Amino acid sequence: MHRGLLTYLLRRLLLAALLVFVVSSAALMLVEAAPGDSVGGVDVDPAVAAAERHRLGLDRPFLVRYREWLGRAVRLDLGQSVKYGRPVNQLVAERAGKTALLGATALLLATLLGVPLGIITGSRRNMATSLARALSLIFVSIPPLVTSFLLLLLAARTGWFPVGGFPAMAGVSDSTSVWTTIRYLTLPSIALALPIAATLEQLQSRAMRDALAEPSVRAALARGCSVRRVVWRHALRLSLQPVLAIYGVIVGSVLSGSFAVEIVTSWPGLGALMYEGLVARDLYLVAGCAAAGSIFLAAGILLSDVALALADPRVGELA
Amino acid sequence: MIGVSNDPAPRARRAGVALGALLAGFALVGPWLTPAVPSDQSGEFVYAPPMRPHFVDAAGSLRWPLVYPLTLENRLELRYVEDRSRPMPLRLFENGALLSVDAAHESPWFPLGADALGRDELARLAWGTRLSLGVALGAALGALIIGALVGGLAGSAGGLVDDGLMRVADIVMALPAVYLVLALRASMPLVLSTAEVFWTMVLVLAAVGWPLPARGVRAVVAAERAREYAEAARALGASRTRILLRHLLPAARGFLVVQTTLLVPAFVLAEATLSYVGLGFSEPIPSWGAMLREAGRGRAVVEAPWLLAPAIAIAVTALAVNLALGAESVPRLTLRSRRTT
Repeated sequence: MHRGLLTYLLRRLLLAALLVFVVSSAALMLVEAAPGDSVGGVDVDPAVAAAERHRLGLDRPFLVRYREWLGRAVRLDLGQSVKYGRPVNQLVAERAGKTALLGATALLLATLLGVPLGIITGSRRNMATSLARALSLIFVSIPPLVTSFLLLLLAARTGWFPVGGFPAMAGVSDSTSVWTTIRYLTLPSIALALPIAATLEQLQSRAMRDALAEPSVRAALARGCSVRRVVWRHALRLSLQPVLAIYGVIVGSVLSGSFAVEIVTSWPGLGALMYEGLVARDLYLVAGCAAAGSIFLAAGILLSDVALALADPRVGELA
Repeated sequence: MIGVSNDPAPRARRAGVALGALLAGFALVGPWLTPAVPSDQSGEFVYAPPMRPHFVDAAGSLRWPLVYPLTLENRLELRYVEDRSRPMPLRLFENGALLSVDAAHESPWFPLGADALGRDELARLAWGTRLSLGVALGAALGALIIGALVGGLAGSAGGLVDDGLMRVADIVMALPAVYLVLALRASMPLVLSTAEVFWTMVLVLAAVGWPLPARGVRAVVAAERAREYAEAARALGASRTRILLRHLLPAARGFLVVQTTLLVPAFVLAEATLSYVGLGFSEPIPSWGAMLREAGRGRAVVEAPWLLAPAIAIAVTALAVNLALGAESVPRLTLRSRRTT
């Protein structure tokens, strides 16, 4: 690794940290600005609510609390959830793991399905690839919210995988629970993966077609390399760059999509937790979820940048 | 055989435009297709299945389309059967609707089935289409206006203003849209009237969607600014605002149309997600998301798969746009912008 690449990556790392800071602070401020708070309500005695606010320290000025929150947050203490009466850390750790599992599985499925398919549809034309491209155009249009409903219906009709909530299984960690997890993971991860797979297929397919038109690839063909070798060795390497670059963006859409999937299939993830926090006006819970989510996002963008820089040495110099 | 071809677009494009026109047509005339009212409940027809028109009657001869009334066969399992002995011929342009059955028959006609309260799914879908597409189009227009102004400003000002605005756009664009929408929506009062919900959604979605058009407009404006006609306008003493509004933004017109269209399916989905989790339109208002919320209750979807009609409508909207815009719908713009961050 040379110097330019290193400083490039360092700069990206700093930007990622900034993203996490900005997003979690913004979440905190948004919920603070919202009408109502976690203790007040229609059926709560104002005096009781005021006492509760005082006990939780919610009656002090926002800036004071914000400074305290920041001070604790850098030591990875995200405060206390009012709704659950537990440290936000624990809650977020439990749920973030589930979302990471769902997102990573979906991303893996989508990659294994979409990229090879895109290589084939981008380099060949026959009935099968036309069909694949038509299918991918349809699937790219069906958002995870809809796919999870359709799969839910399919699952209920066929009984192939369990429908509905993931059983409470905190603390259980034997082999049966792994199997259970996989069974419950199937439906949401497929629902999340399908549109992403279709997007990847379209991108890879077009990148492949572009790559095949490159002079270097034409030259390899002219030299008499076999078509198969040209496609899988020469053109593939060229075509991977635009696809790698999109991964940073896709992490965002995985997080977006996983929210809908989590709610529809009752997968106990970060999205569902943040939603609960938002509705309950649970300040620190929302900020904690936003922080965790933005860490995922930043990590995804960073990984995609690293992969991109490794695949194309020019990127580091360009930025 | 290695095929280096451009998109085989024309046919797909036409199909997409046709699909879009169909949706728009449904939104316009949908409420007059059948005489059903979306809020009318009928307790005897809970989860009644779609009643398809028959063209061949019980005796096997070809007939003017007719439907058979439903009778409840099993109240516990909510199983309905068609009563073949009492055909109800469909009336054209009578009873104030395109197609209807005479009110003399005691059974109404549910072309798309009924929901948990025995409300007509087609009538609800028709009104839902208006609401959902209305929110999405309004928000797309809003995002476009904000985007055009921000992008136009960035492109024509250049320098620090440009850098700052585009950095903000980058950040907003990188964030998962649903969470942004959710957080913005949740920072407002939870209970709102229907009109308030409509405009809140339009504003929230526009506030999240503007960066995409802004980026594009900035690129177009920055490129056009250096062209001779803009130079000429400047030489004639036109102010910067005038050049922006009269010369540069019109140059981005084609691009803007594409962007607006691209935003619509995303906004439709956002509306559906918000309403689905209960932060958007709520009972008894039938938007696509609110209808999906009904479908998501308990085992409703398993008992009555026709409640997924709004889900299909969401997918059809996206499909129409993807077909019509073809290659432009795959996020190539986002890809390029990411490199410059």
